[in-house]
Amino acid sequence: MSAFARGSLLGIEHLQAEEITGLLQLARRMQRGQPRPVLRGKTVGLVFYEASTRTRTSFEMAAKKLGALTLLVHASGSSIEKGESLLDTGYTLRAVGCDALVFRHPNAGAPHLIAAHLDVPIINAGDGMHEHPSQALLDAYTILQHMKDLRGKHMAIVGDIYHSRVARSNIHLLSKFGVQLTLCGPPEFVPETAATLAKGLRIARHLEEAIRGADVIMLLRVQKERLAEMQFDVGEYIARYQLTSARLRLAKPGALVMHPGPIIRGMELSSEVADAPQAVIREEVRNGVLVRMAILARALGKSK
Amino acid sequence: MSKGNSKPGSLLVRGGRVIDPLARVDAELDLLLRDGRVAEVSPPKKIRGSADETFDARGLIVAPGFIDLHVHLREPGQAYKETIATGTAAAAAGGFTSVCAMPNTVPVNDSPEITAWILQPERGAVVNVFPIAAATRGSLGEHLTDFRALQRAGAVAFTDDGKPILNPGLMQEALRLSSELHVPVIQHAEDTRQTGGCSMHEGPTAFRLGLRGMTAEAEASVIERDVQAAQATGGHYHVAHLSTAESLKAVRRGKRAHVQITCETTPHHFALTDEDVGEYNTNFKMNPPLRSAADREALQVALADGTVDAIATDHAPHALHEKQVEFERAAFGIIGLETAVGLVITKLHRERAVPLSRIVELFSSGPARVIGLKSRGSLQRGYHADVTIFDPKARWTYDVRKSRSLARNSPFDGCHLTGRVLATIIGGRMVYKQS
Repeated sequence: MSAFARGSLLGIEHLQAEEITGLLQLARRMQRGQPRPVLRGKTVGLVFYEASTRTRTSFEMAAKKLGALTLLVHASGSSIEKGESLLDTGYTLRAVGCDALVFRHPNAGAPHLIAAHLDVPIINAGDGMHEHPSQALLDAYTILQHMKDLRGKHMAIVGDIYHSRVARSNIHLLSKFGVQLTLCGPPEFVPETAATLAKGLRIARHLEEAIRGADVIMLLRVQKERLAEMQFDVGEYIARYQLTSARLRLAKPGALVMHPGPIIRGMELSSEVADAPQAVIREEVRNGVLVRMAILARALGKSK
Repeated sequence: MSKGNSKPGSLLVRGGRVIDPLARVDAELDLLLRDGRVAEVSPPKKIRGSADETFDARGLIVAPGFIDLHVHLREPGQAYKETIATGTAAAAAGGFTSVCAMPNTVPVNDSPEITAWILQPERGAVVNVFPIAAATRGSLGEHLTDFRALQRAGAVAFTDDGKPILNPGLMQEALRLSSELHVPVIQHAEDTRQTGGCSMHEGPTAFRLGLRGMTAEAEASVIERDVQAAQATGGHYHVAHLSTAESLKAVRRGKRAHVQITCETTPHHFALTDEDVGEYNTNFKMNPPLRSAADREALQVALADGTVDAIATDHAPHALHEKQVEFERAAFGIIGLETAVGLVITKLHRERAVPLSRIVELFSSGPARVIGLKSRGSLQRGYHADVTIFDPKARWTYDVRKSRSLARNSPFDGCHLTGRVLATIIGGRMVYKQS
């Protein structure tokens, strides 16, 4: 992996805990006062092969706050539609003058391919079912605003973990910091192999078991199409896995409720839980800008 | 089968250790090749008269020419990936004297005309080419091809490789013809109804990389079903590139029940595992995919104990632009002709102490028996003068840039291997010599 340009962020898996801590500290510095335009004169390409609202706007806001120009490229209405290869799109954006590229792509590993061939930092903004590193970083940032330390904390990740890049990045990150993680969902969403992703992972098939005494509950979006694919009745899913106020009482008092969004009220969580004071879903979004500022500053070597 | 332009003269291969499993020979012998055939096999220095040429094989293994049952030569239609000339040149450099050409060309080899075209001398084949024809028209899985006419044109087996025959009635019909015509029906065993969108083996690595995985069960279930059809019809069923422990169990059960079932496995499946995919290296993407360590172990055991009948490379050349793309979009397949012998010697002989005689069997008499090749796969008098000469102790490093194949999609670039082919002789003529 050493061939990738410095400052690239392809995933959490291969990051050292110190690098993560460094990024979170940098994000904290971004929070204070007016950010300095350390990326003035730089251009950040935002290449989105998949629809995205929060991640795209969040990266765009982060880049602009640091004084960078942004170039937004969507799959539709670009050469990508005409059959240009991923690499050629990358070469083109490099030639146009991008100093860093933020990539969202439906195929796992797409940013790795680009990073192996380009001399600019590549930032993974979500690749297929693989990783979504900036999301995991902003989640850690959010938890740490409410707790001093991650070590020894109990946390449940509930929902469609198999298809979730957010889950994979979070599992890698939180495991590196000694969080005791329980993955919860039916076998189609949480296969036994999920437990091999990191050391010490537990799998629970019942929501009650997973969240009892938890410090943090992270919910994932559940797509109705996916439930249909695995012939899982929506009503049954809701009955077994929806986080309701009653169930939330099983967790530690004040336990954080997190969700990478977009949330589907009435599906993975009740509307009451979504609006509960301990739900930090909008806080996550806000912190996303800070964390992405840190990621971009690090990518372009202006982290001091 | 191209023999080249010059009429073969005589060649004396002197002083080598001849390993000929079919003839139960493993001894230091001289070998006289004349007029394209084996003329004499005798103890050292007993051969009288002179030969036009002599090859000093002292310290080397002299084996019946190696036969690869599973090669994609890409012609007609995909000469940008490989041609019959370049693919067979790579085969010669890898020690193969005969290769079976898979029918998934463009158009598919489903007619006697295409089969004949593949065999024309104009194709420039360096080694013997034995076409395998499509089992169904266009490999669409609907109507069987004309097995008889294709066999007359030179086809040695039938398969829809890459597009498994999942219709049980069709497989039964194919196997009935197989029993009549004494040709194998080769199955790429994959229940594609279970593997849509999958790009590697189902397991921890696939989960880690966020890639959809093919289960081992999707391979074994097809074999289990087909074995019953082979039993019912008396046809000869051959499993291509078998890759899992479960599948081996199905083959063993079939063999114990005296079903005509044979199987091949590839060097990459017994040398690598799914973990080797690393961070989306597309040169480790093939179908069937690299499997678990337990599967690899089971394959090595089955190669040693006789369950596996042949080693085949599944040489599958692709152009760079078909591999330098997103992992899930990359073409399946790797090249393998030039690395097979080195991998087998390194992984099976040196690391696992599988005797050389067994290894030679897996490369020669084993595959010859699968496709019923006459007078090949052994070095008895009167057999074709196809010979592979290798040094089981030579160490070398594979450099894919020097490959004779048009393609470069090998996972073994830069690998240090022990065991190297030094000469390949076809019909008594030296077609490759390691310099």
